[in-house]
Amino acid sequence: MSAEAAFKKIFGRPESLKENYTHYCPGCGHSIAHRLVAECLDELGLRENTIGVPPVGCAVLAYNYFNFDMIEAPHGRALAVATGIKRTNPDKFVLTYQGDGDLAAIGTAETIHAANRGEKISAIFINNAIYGMTGGQMAPTTLLGQEATTAPGGRDSSLHGNPIDISAMIAVSNGVVYVERCSLASLKQIRQAKKAIKKCFQVQLDKLGFGLVELLSPCPTNWKLSPKEAWAWVNEVMVKVYPLGVIKDTTGYEDKK
Amino acid sequence: MPSEKKLMRGSNVVGEAAVRAGCRFYAGYPITPQNELPEYLSARMPEVGGAFIQGESEIASINMVLGAAATGVRAMTSSSSPGVALKQEGISYMAGQELPAVVINMMRGGPGLGNIAPSGADYYQATRGGGNGDYRTPVLAPAGCQELADLTFTAFDIADKYRTPVMILGDGLMGQVMEPVIFPDPIDIKSLPPKDWALTGCKGRKPKAIFSMLLDLNALYNHNLHLQEKYDEITAKELRWDTAMTEDAELLVVAYGTPSRIAESAIEELRAEGIKAGLFRPITLWPFPTIPLRKLAAKIGKVGVFEFSMGQMLDDVIMAVGERAEIYFYGVPGGIIPTPSDVARFLKSSIKGDGKVGRRIEA
Ligand SMILES: Cc1ncc(C[n+]2csc(CCOP(=O)(O)OP(=O)(O)O)c2C)c(N)n1
Ligand code: SF4
Repeated sequence: MSAEAAFKKIFGRPESLKENYTHYCPGCGHSIAHRLVAECLDELGLRENTIGVPPVGCAVLAYNYFNFDMIEAPHGRALAVATGIKRTNPDKFVLTYQGDGDLAAIGTAETIHAANRGEKISAIFINNAIYGMTGGQMAPTTLLGQEATTAPGGRDSSLHGNPIDISAMIAVSNGVVYVERCSLASLKQIRQAKKAIKKCFQVQLDKLGFGLVELLSPCPTNWKLSPKEAWAWVNEVMVKVYPLGVIKDTTGYEDKK
Repeated sequence: MPSEKKLMRGSNVVGEAAVRAGCRFYAGYPITPQNELPEYLSARMPEVGGAFIQGESEIASINMVLGAAATGVRAMTSSSSPGVALKQEGISYMAGQELPAVVINMMRGGPGLGNIAPSGADYYQATRGGGNGDYRTPVLAPAGCQELADLTFTAFDIADKYRTPVMILGDGLMGQVMEPVIFPDPIDIKSLPPKDWALTGCKGRKPKAIFSMLLDLNALYNHNLHLQEKYDEITAKELRWDTAMTEDAELLVVAYGTPSRIAESAIEELRAEGIKAGLFRPITLWPFPTIPLRKLAAKIGKVGVFEFSMGQMLDDVIMAVGERAEIYFYGVPGGIIPTPSDVARFLKSSIKGDGKVGRRIEA
């Protein structure tokens, strides 16, 4: 038996990730999400044709980790920036990667309207129910009762409003073709998340319209939980407010099979 | 194909000139008095294979321009005062990221919602920044439709050459007025200098990132020094101003944009009576033509400043002239457009130094 046949490489760093250490905390969902995005780009052969837009948030330095062209957007404006890129470069693959504050608070208008225009862009939406980068303030997605540094005693709907389900909100628009919510808090779910991301990318390649994958993502640091407890919190508490699964799918991919 | 003379509205002139200057992306949000510009481009852009988007806001529009500009496309947005206030975030980011783009402001009355009449009240907003950080935006102030066309070309060239957002500052009157224009020939986009910094996908090269965040203290410090060097170069090379009838003048009138047109008529009125005034018209508002104004003002000894605001460009005139000449000021808040005769009365009063119209400024 040749050495080649005996030793087959079955795991390695995706080409779409640079060989840099990330600054993400232990147990943070961002690093997992980065890897999934990178694997999908590699598998679809998209890396060299991609322009990515990172958020302002914990992933603001994503261009240090992703190994493709990227342009910083002001906080919340990623989908407007991506729109400008895609409309002038329809053959490029354009993605945004955004947190919940970025995509569902300050950038709500940009998100809803890019989605509603049916921009042929893929959005990766990291929902960790908290403002990570600025140190644990309330996010639009913070659960009722969840502690945040600006919601002492926990989020109270009469004072702070309610957790927002932006994925469901955009899904009502005809411009939106595919929305799925996944979790990054178990191996099985991570595998499902990768499938969803890959499908979302395919939607853009097939020029069908807007696609978004929401990833429930642990932030052990600001949740003040261990990484293991944070996984459990996603799967026991968070999913009750943000149920996993396909929210919208008009791709017709399954019918064609 | 050299173009013949066309009678066109100011806003449309900017649109046509932008397309001829190679602009292939426009995003904007409707606001009076410049709606004719997005309306024009919504039809014109597709004809040349460009993209037009009516954004959901001025914030979205400027950020769409930021995205298009990052890929090397000549891109433009336009608005009027309150809308330009919303664009400041994007302008600051583009200054930091060194992205070229052209921003049009057809000024209207303020503060707040103000009114839709012509105004010069955004001079500070345009020349002092408006967004955060230590940056400058080159500002061009046309005084009529022909110059709107020519300076639109200039704006794209300066933007590309120095990798900076550039603003064209007009007003509601200039956007609406119809004047004959001869357009410069359309450029061949392929003949523009290559933008080796642009994002095109990393095929055959290392990935590139464009960003303004520099967490390393020295890196941001050095970036700001680099920006300043660029601004110094712009100041040295891109100053533009015009003068008229200054040789024998007893009074130098300083005015830009629409007020400079009224001032010119006022000067002609005075000259018919044998009273000699001349005009100094800044065309770049930043960089301001400080030294040329200083020299001329010192020679003439009396300066009359006229603008559609209660004294914004006046600051730059004071900094240029100081005590080298007497300075008189006639400021008209947005909306009410004085006649040439109104301005002529101010100029006469300034020459006499009686302070009856306008006021004397103690520098
Ligand atoms: C205009 C503006 N406002 C506020 C901030 C500060 N800020 C930076 S990141 C952030 C929120 C980050 O939360 P999220 O989007 O949920 O991302 P995460 O850090 O949790 O991944 C805020 C408020 C900013 N940079 N710019
Ligand atoms: S603060 Fe939270 S979201 Fe940010 S890197 Fe740490 S764990 Fe991740």
